[in-house]
Amino acid sequence: MSYILIIGAKSDIAKSVARKYAENGYDIYLAARNSSELEDFANDINLRTQKTAICLDLDILDIASHESFYNRLEEKPLGIISVAGYLGEQDKAQVDFNESKKIIDTNYVGIVSLINIVANDFEKRKSGFIVGISSVAGDRGRKSNYIYGSAKAALTTYLSGLRNRLHEANIQVLTVKPGFVATKMTEGMDLPEKLTAQPEEVANDIFNAQQKGKNVLYSKWIWRWVMVIIKSIPEFQFKKMSI
Amino acid sequence: MSLRSWGNYPKINNRSFRFDGISTLKKIIENNNKLIPHGNGRSYGDSALSENIITVKPHDLFISFDDQQGIVHVQSGVLLSEILAALVPRGWFLKVTPGTKLITVGGAIASDVHGKNHHIAGCFSESVEMFNLMLPDGKIITCSKDENTELFKATCGGMGLTGVILDAKISLKKINSKFINQTTIKTRNLKETFEAFENNKNKTYSVAWIDCLAKGSELGRCLLMLGDFRDDGKLDYKTKKKLNIPFNFPSFALNTLSVKAFNWLYYGKVKETISKQKVDIDTFFYPLDSLSNWKRIYGENGFTQYQFILPKETSFEGLEKILKTIADSGKGSFLAVLKLYGKANENYLSFPMEGYSLALDFKIEKGLFELLEQLDKIVVHHGGRIYLAKDVRVSKIIFEQGYPQIDRFRALRKKYNMNEKFNSLQSQRVGI
Repeated sequence: MSYILIIGAKSDIAKSVARKYAENGYDIYLAARNSSELEDFANDINLRTQKTAICLDLDILDIASHESFYNRLEEKPLGIISVAGYLGEQDKAQVDFNESKKIIDTNYVGIVSLINIVANDFEKRKSGFIVGISSVAGDRGRKSNYIYGSAKAALTTYLSGLRNRLHEANIQVLTVKPGFVATKMTEGMDLPEKLTAQPEEVANDIFNAQQKGKNVLYSKWIWRWVMVIIKSIPEFQFKKMSI
Repeated sequence: MSLRSWGNYPKINNRSFRFDGISTLKKIIENNNKLIPHGNGRSYGDSALSENIITVKPHDLFISFDDQQGIVHVQSGVLLSEILAALVPRGWFLKVTPGTKLITVGGAIASDVHGKNHHIAGCFSESVEMFNLMLPDGKIITCSKDENTELFKATCGGMGLTGVILDAKISLKKINSKFINQTTIKTRNLKETFEAFENNKNKTYSVAWIDCLAKGSELGRCLLMLGDFRDDGKLDYKTKKKLNIPFNFPSFALNTLSVKAFNWLYYGKVKETISKQKVDIDTFFYPLDSLSNWKRIYGENGFTQYQFILPKETSFEGLEKILKTIADSGKGSFLAVLKLYGKANENYLSFPMEGYSLALDFKIEKGLFELLEQLDKIVVHHGGRIYLAKDVRVSKIIFEQGYPQIDRFRALRKKYNMNEKFNSLQSQRVGI
């Protein structure tokens, strides 16, 4: 058996990723809060692919529990895919630090804590891969979501440094930057059709990029070029814009 | 982002609500009117379009599989392609499948779809052991051929107008290969085409591609494809990589000349009167699924499919008239698919009846709807009907003449208050 550990397994992207890996012969650890809610989904994976999916309780904000969570895994995973994230509400976060903190802790602090532990184990074993779902929102701060964006920027930088460190141990670190994705998180938003991916598309992109040993993935691919343009706008101009 | 149907016409503004749990669905129904469930957006016209759309695809779990009986229980947003990916390698195939596998189970039931084996296996509802349906008041009712039969007969083929299908048990057929033995018969005219169908009624799968721009003595010439599963134990089924059409073709790309050239090549490529091939499931059943977004060939303005069926007694005469009218109009169709159907079922709005059905694709352009209205008249004059899953423009009068059980359906809608909650653009147009 060969397990992939998926963190934040309740999201739509996570579910698509889980199915994609199971279809390709992997067993799956589904880690999330109240993971019993994922039992039906685990059963679905098993029926579709005849692979095993195991639900595990994990609270990404409960840092103290991370070490024992990982130690309890009898069979260590071949790879970890972190999909945990929290978009939050920008307006609320500006006036309520608790909201800011929740955004930062969920998208950055908690993930660093967990991936540190996994990375050390992979480095020792000289095998494994790490996939972190960051966001194009981390490529440049915009007024509409810069608390979320800055946490994702930190995650992107963390993953880049980790990639540098683990290169010698031959551990792949893949940073994924999705653009708009049609999920529960974005329900009700008026997203432009051509720039919006379905979760299955993102999962396919992640699987292919991971299998090919890539470092950074934009999904849809066009976002790489959208962000090149957005990043190239001079700051004196950018600060006046609403995008 | 407004949802569209497969034909990319009409383009209307709508709001969509995501169905990913029973309690959210209840609330959606409670708080909104003019709702219509929407699966994978493969119906061509406006049958799954409305002001308020319930997107069912996120409701997509496999619930159980009985590998003794071959019965799979799934939520309604599961695609037929997902059932095949999971179960063909274990030796199971759909009893009834339409020409695309990229539709949801809920959509397959709501359109009571059929396939190349209709003359033997009937419609999709034949393979439905049961389903659970949420009614306008939020109640969940189990329907089958033996239980709540009225709702079963109304919902199979009911175009999503009876409520929301939550999950269904589908019975499958055993296969022992992913390959099909295909025989292609080339005919020279409509008379030969009919004879070929009649002579091959015992073949499990049959469908014909008709060159609908052929005129005179060649009118109705076709390639008739027959097939049956092989028995070679090869079940390692994997979906192939798809090609994508990345953008809409300009509208002038498709014209009489280009369609004529395509049809000439397609028909001319087959040299012998009878030829045999070994093809896989995807090539035989789902030739267009390998081309993502093939609808874009028809350009930004979109397209429609005109599919009708005529009773057997009048089929020859009616088809001859219709093919002649189309050939004279010069409006081309890449795909003109002819098939001989088996007996009708008892469902109130199911399309099939014993006779011949023809399906034609047309890009939306000036003069098209006038042509289709001409065809409508020929269809009803010969006792035929139009397929709602493809339709985007048929009038109430033409629709009603084709569906004698419509009043029963309307009465049931009223009884359960379905007409207050569930409506599509199509249901409003044809007054269902």
